[in-house]
Amino acid sequence: MDSVLTLQTVLSTFDATLRVSTPLILCAMAGLFSERSGIIDISLEGKMLSAAFAAGTLAAVTGSPWVALGGAIVVSVLLGLVHGFACITHRGDQVVSGLAINVLASGLTIVLGIAWFSQGGQTPALASESRFMPLQLPFAETLKGIPGIGPFYESVISGHNLLVYVALLAVPITWWVVYKTRFGLRLRAVGENPLAVDTAGISVSRLRFSAVMIAGALCGIAGAYLAIAQNAAFAREMTAGQGYIALAAMIFGKWRPLPAMLACLMFGFLDAVSIRLQGIELPIVGEVPVQLIQALPYILTVVLLAGFIGRAVAPKAIGVPFSKER
Amino acid sequence: MNFLPKSTFKTILLGAAASALLVGTASAADVQPAVVFDMGGKFDKSFNQGVYDGVEKFKSETGIEYREFEVTNEAQREQALRRMAQRGADPVLGIGFAQAPALEKVAKEFPDTRFAIIDMVVDLPNVRSIVFKEHEGSFLVGALAALASESGKVGFVGGMDIPLIRRFACGYEQGAKHINADAEVVQNMTGTTPAAWNDPGRGGELTKSQFERGVDVVYAAAGGTGVGVYQAAKDAGKLAIGVDSNQNYMHPGTMLTSMLKRVDVAAYNVFMDSKNDAFTPGIQVLGLAEEGVGWALDEHNESLVTGEMKATVEEVSAKIKSGEIKVHDYTSDNTCDY
Repeated sequence: MDSVLTLQTVLSTFDATLRVSTPLILCAMAGLFSERSGIIDISLEGKMLSAAFAAGTLAAVTGSPWVALGGAIVVSVLLGLVHGFACITHRGDQVVSGLAINVLASGLTIVLGIAWFSQGGQTPALASESRFMPLQLPFAETLKGIPGIGPFYESVISGHNLLVYVALLAVPITWWVVYKTRFGLRLRAVGENPLAVDTAGISVSRLRFSAVMIAGALCGIAGAYLAIAQNAAFAREMTAGQGYIALAAMIFGKWRPLPAMLACLMFGFLDAVSIRLQGIELPIVGEVPVQLIQALPYILTVVLLAGFIGRAVAPKAIGVPFSKER
Repeated sequence: MNFLPKSTFKTILLGAAASALLVGTASAADVQPAVVFDMGGKFDKSFNQGVYDGVEKFKSETGIEYREFEVTNEAQREQALRRMAQRGADPVLGIGFAQAPALEKVAKEFPDTRFAIIDMVVDLPNVRSIVFKEHEGSFLVGALAALASESGKVGFVGGMDIPLIRRFACGYEQGAKHINADAEVVQNMTGTTPAAWNDPGRGGELTKSQFERGVDVVYAAAGGTGVGVYQAAKDAGKLAIGVDSNQNYMHPGTMLTSMLKRVDVAAYNVFMDSKNDAFTPGIQVLGLAEEGVGWALDEHNESLVTGEMKATVEEVSAKIKSGEIKVHDYTSDNTCDY
């Protein structure tokens, strides 16, 4: 077996980290908007799954990745509005509503998929033209020769599809919106003390609805990434719990954009490493059993949660429906 | 299936009763076959779909409807098999190694019902167990992979890490090394739970990591996960090998071949034998000599397989049939030393 620590292996691991982390980052930012406004969002998973299905379906039918992306966002925003209608307008339980959306998405995507395409819940495989294909960033070839930064730029930063860069851009934009704009200030306030916001004459419902819609849009992009960028079709249950992992990453990051992204990258990195460590002889320990490698992300999660991140303090008003005082 | 709305079910029953009255003399020998697909689903384009093709062929030839159920979680296997038997289905066909414990239990409860299982042995007087010599078929595609590879490195992506899949991997490795003793075989398993049969995203990632290590032909024995493997191969312009059903059509031009496991024939025979009162319990082992396994050559991959390659593989195939080449079976001693 070849050596583990060649430059190429390290670079390709980072490369894979970005690919795997993309849906996590998008969903974590989605969850951040929603939860900062005081709405618990465990429906990230369901929204992403529905969006993935919408994207797979529309790309197969129309052949256009842009239509598919748009459709995915619309479907996901609509589900966000359902969530909002249940727990903002009618002050329902946010966890129950989120769970309902997840169950609905899990069942409905398969039923519709079987009804429309008769492929056991999958959508037809897509041609390259109907997907987001890898982009070569400018100067990748020219800079390749520069030691250190050159190969890194060429193999890690360049060569991803558009949505990976969208996810990376979503983090500073989220940070800017949440911390530097008037909307962000109000958003944070409504998650901490909605009564104060209400007293100031600002509509709590309106703010929370915008937050769940932004969350919906971001989940929509994540779903489209799964179905028409990373893969070439929707497959049943293709989100495989990534929505929950994103939620965990966001809590890891204490409801802040940059730490949340780092947590997502860590999960992605562990996944990429576990794929690459399989069947490879490590120095000293020899070949590691596949079970142990695959348990690694979970073990590290427990260790990190127990020891390193300290107390995670949620927005104060999270999970509490707001009743306007009359 | 089990969960049809009651009204629909009543309609079906009424319909069935009405047609029985009309026909009047529905013969007692008519069988009511049932099949319980496993977690990949009947359209996994692979193992389960092979069975589906077989039972559909039975239906179109005989006009006999069969009952079916697609298992979506582990607890459903036993329920589904028992419900089928309770409703008078006979024979009941269970698909996949994972149904063995459930099938064993249910088969004991219904000693007069005929059962069959593919890919595992259940030793009961009313059960037919059909197993395949996957190592022989994998040996052939391994040989073909080594012939097609330019880098001398070939890859394998398995589904769930179980001895059955290791048998595929081991046969593949032997085949590749038979052609090129220096060939390197990079092996990955998708996971250790049944979810590993249906994770195309992870399959694609594993494949990309193998390509980065120099692999240029990859063989997937991973159920629905294989879809991601073949897609990754297509995206990278490398070659992939399908499994169980003929999957060459999925990406013509990058599918080198498919390792055929004639589960369709096995499933068809279970139903047909039951109909003709020729059902025999016991173990059936289907290898190259019985045409139970093989490799696929059709219009989708003929441009990839040169005459020379074809001749070599056929020669190897003949040698395995004659016993000149002995392919080591991983499950015989749980090692891949040969």
